Amino acid sequence: MSTTAVHSLWTTAAVEPLNKIPAPHIEYTQLSPVLIVVGAAIVSVLLEAFVPRKGRYVAQVFLSVLALAAAFAAVVALAAGGYGTTKAQIAAMGAIAVDGPALFLQGTILLASIVAIFTFAERRLDPADHGHKVDSFAAEAAAVPGSEQEKAAVKAGFTTTEVFPLALFAIAGMLVFPAANDLLTLFVALEVFSLPLYLLCAVARRKRLMSQEAAVKYFLLGAFSSAFLLFGIALLYGYAGSVSYATIARVVDGAVVSVNPALADTMGNDVLLLIGFAMVLTGLLFKVGAVPFHMWTPDVYQGAPTPVTGFMAAATKVAAFGALLRLLYVVLPGLTWDWRPVMWGVAIATMLGGAIVAITQTDIKRLLAYSSIAHAGFLLAGVIAATPDGISSVLFYLGAYSFVTIGAFAVVTLVRDAGGEATHLSKWAGLGRRSPLVAAVFAVFLLAFAGIPLTSGFSGKFAVFKAAADGGAGALVVVGVLSSAIAAFFYIRVIVLMFFSEPKADGPTVAVPSALTTLTITAGVVVTLVLGVAPQYFLDLANQASVFVR
Amino acid sequence: MSFPLLTLTAAVPAAGAILTAAVPAARRTAAKWLALLVSLATLVLAAVVFVRFEPGGERYQLTESHAWIKDFGVRYELGVDGIGVALIALTALLIPFVILAGWHDADPLETKSSRWRPTQGFFALILMVEAMVILSFEATDVFLFYVLFEAMLIPMYFLIGGFGDRAHSGSDENAAAQRSYAAVKFLLYNLVGGLIMLAAVIGLYVVAGNFSLTEIAEARANGTLEMATNTERLLFLGFFFAFAVKAPLWPLHTWLPNAMGEATAPVAVLITAVVDKVGTFAMLRFCLGLFPEASKWATPAIIVLALISIVYGALLAVGQRDIKRLVAYASISHFGFIILGIFAMTTQGQSGATLYMVNHGISTAALMLVAGFLISRRGSRLIADYGGVQKVAPVLAGTFLIGGLATLSLPGLAPFVSEFLVLVGTYARYPVAGIIATTGIVLAALYVLVLYQRTMTGPVKEEVRELPDLRVRELAVVVPLIAVLIFLGVFPKPLTDVVNPAVQHTMSDVQQKDPQPTVPNVEAAQ
Repeated sequence: MSTTAVHSLWTTAAVEPLNKIPAPHIEYTQLSPVLIVVGAAIVSVLLEAFVPRKGRYVAQVFLSVLALAAAFAAVVALAAGGYGTTKAQIAAMGAIAVDGPALFLQGTILLASIVAIFTFAERRLDPADHGHKVDSFAAEAAAVPGSEQEKAAVKAGFTTTEVFPLALFAIAGMLVFPAANDLLTLFVALEVFSLPLYLLCAVARRKRLMSQEAAVKYFLLGAFSSAFLLFGIALLYGYAGSVSYATIARVVDGAVVSVNPALADTMGNDVLLLIGFAMVLTGLLFKVGAVPFHMWTPDVYQGAPTPVTGFMAAATKVAAFGALLRLLYVVLPGLTWDWRPVMWGVAIATMLGGAIVAITQTDIKRLLAYSSIAHAGFLLAGVIAATPDGISSVLFYLGAYSFVTIGAFAVVTLVRDAGGEATHLSKWAGLGRRSPLVAAVFAVFLLAFAGIPLTSGFSGKFAVFKAAADGGAGALVVVGVLSSAIAAFFYIRVIVLMFFSEPKADGPTVAVPSALTTLTITAGVVVTLVLGVAPQYFLDLANQASVFVR
Repeated sequence: MSFPLLTLTAAVPAAGAILTAAVPAARRTAAKWLALLVSLATLVLAAVVFVRFEPGGERYQLTESHAWIKDFGVRYELGVDGIGVALIALTALLIPFVILAGWHDADPLETKSSRWRPTQGFFALILMVEAMVILSFEATDVFLFYVLFEAMLIPMYFLIGGFGDRAHSGSDENAAAQRSYAAVKFLLYNLVGGLIMLAAVIGLYVVAGNFSLTEIAEARANGTLEMATNTERLLFLGFFFAFAVKAPLWPLHTWLPNAMGEATAPVAVLITAVVDKVGTFAMLRFCLGLFPEASKWATPAIIVLALISIVYGALLAVGQRDIKRLVAYASISHFGFIILGIFAMTTQGQSGATLYMVNHGISTAALMLVAGFLISRRGSRLIADYGGVQKVAPVLAGTFLIGGLATLSLPGLAPFVSEFLVLVGTYARYPVAGIIATTGIVLAALYVLVLYQRTMTGPVKEEVRELPDLRVRELAVVVPLIAVLIFLGVFPKPLTDVVNPAVQHTMSDVQQKDPQPTVPNVEAAQ
């Protein structure tokens, strides 16, 4: 930007009278899901401050579940009121879109979050410590692992109930992320959900150093990708003179927009558009966990407390894909021919990379991490379709996938030995002999991951591949099918291990969970089978929800 | 809306499977009886289907159609033609014998834990396979068929990997490793085939817009649905690959000897006599029905592969030292005949192929189950470990011989009729192929008779001296199967009446007429 331009920006700003700033007009009804969750998060912080330690757990769990359920009810009410279809509109002065995809994804995120919160609240799995029930989180996250302070905290029976407000803030950010209708809101939402997640990753009760390492890795790489995103936003602003999706889309389409005198030199410069867009895309693909921005996934998934991993794997993916869809379909439909080849490459690399590297994994959480990468690849295939079918198939897949994921990680929390969760695959040998039910449930989840018919994984995969083939990406379908075959190998390997291997003498035991985790797992199984056998109702929902408001 | 008879034929075993699985751990015997009763009830239903089916009537009868997944253009559409009826009858007929033969195969060796219930699982899985196989013979919606085609792998996989043959050489651990290797190989081969088919299924949807077999065939026949030649060929190959893995056709056959060798004899029968038939059935119904032009295009290559299967399978059967693997290679040879008959594109060839599916199912079941009884007595699968059994257990040896003779297509037993038809049908269009295929018969005589000679005749080996003869339960398995073999050998009409009209439909799908018999023009030659 030249000095004259800066000068003109100054002078223009000085000349314009202050009363031209419009009073913000907020559609409270349409934003109610987000507002409920944010409000609950704030109340939750206050609970931390004012409720005695003994009462916090109950109060927090109660508040979180209530708030999420209320927010979900609000989403349903909005959808029933036609805000997803006919009354879809852009709210909060252009910052947030309330439309079909936004409501569908918010509903998915909220439902997934409710069941994930149940696993957060589980206190039956670990034996009581010094007579206090314990959950998956550190007694006192700030205490140095192994220190006297930590021992004292454990002895006193402290628990990190802060995870609930953190989770609520993360959920609030995730609700905004797929609905964000300008780049700044997108960035703010990203940070609002990322920062609590970094913290949540660090507070595992066992293997605390690993957990903290995971959090640091996640934070550093996440910050890096946020910087990419932010820089991309700046470049796009330079290109379009606005951060609003609609305005950028119009500029991309070549419509004449009043040129901001301060940006006269840069506006309409395609170099800025392409580089800026690539950087924004990088930021989003990082959150999605697509190759080559997937490096953080296995370490973070492995190190984070398993309930957090499940929550993150499901909800973050939903939110990030929502944002990605909106960006590609609303802001850049005019650029389809520019982004498609790139995304083709990313999708192919993600599908194959995730599936191939997963084969060598020996830790169940890392295995599921690579599996989530492969699934991100399948989802990208649907994104690339660039048709309404593509949108609805991705929406459906996200819903199906998140429940399988949360269920699978919930099962992982059950299999334990003296050192906490027994995540090494060799310890799962013969699990089917010891606890047929748990092994069978996990097998259902694995088969769903593998996309075997009559599970939700198959319906989702079929929908996505069908959309991709319809959208002219037949080659992607073939790659997808091949990587499914590769992926099937390692899912089956786990099943072989559970059912056909002899149990080891010092093998892990399966903890009997409380009703909370049982509910989570049951919900996972039910959704997996229902979406596999009779998906029509949910496909209809996704279809109705597949139109973005512009 | 008529009575959903076809749904019921699958729903009964499916419900039976769930009930069987739910039987408490201590009530093992109750679970067995429940499974047997359910399979008999299914047999009754299959008989009703057989009787209600009018051979001269509509192509697909007893049809049912319900909305399922509108979004994918998928309907729950059922209907049977004569080929389907014959194979449903075969499946429903064999399952009670499979259950009866496997009565003790899944008894827990020791009570490990009160929650580990292998017996219930074993019989529930068999019934689940039966339900899926029967429904796949009835599906006239490509997607529905695909779903079943893939889903049936899972119970099969657990049957192979979870309940191995107790007769094995070497340590338990080694056997367990081999078993899970066989199970994984089975699953991966078939899954890869299935996934490639999935790509073709999606491709079909993109081209046709729906999955209804009848609608697509109609649209193709009246020209409203054009397929580019290359598209049709690719889709055909996608489908055919999956079916060829399942069937199995050389060179995609290698999973079968492992699976059949490691599985218990009843499960091996389930694989080769029932589940694999879905592959050859699907070639007739889907490959020829949906892609007639591509089928004709691929015929020469497929005939060559079928011939290789016939000869190669038979040769390897001759060289086997393991009884069950021998039967597996013999099956590969027989599947070569079936595929040859299908792609000979003559009425006799395809009728013969359909009959062959039924007869091979029954004859292999007889041979394999008796072999299983023999193996369970001696505890070894190696041919060399036997000798002179006919002096010790004459009934066992006799039934084994009849099963073997059926396998080598002795006239008077059912497989002869079908093998003869296939050869005649093939010769009419491809004389050279017909001649080469005949060597399969010669080799069949070799592997069956040598097997019999080495195990049953000669001096009585020390280890088999105490071998008990067939028990009542085992006789109840073998005798009816042999009776069916003899009945269909001398009077195949009930079956051919049902099959022939269906084959005519398939022939008109591919717009093929039988070649006219030609008499060498003697006068002109003079």
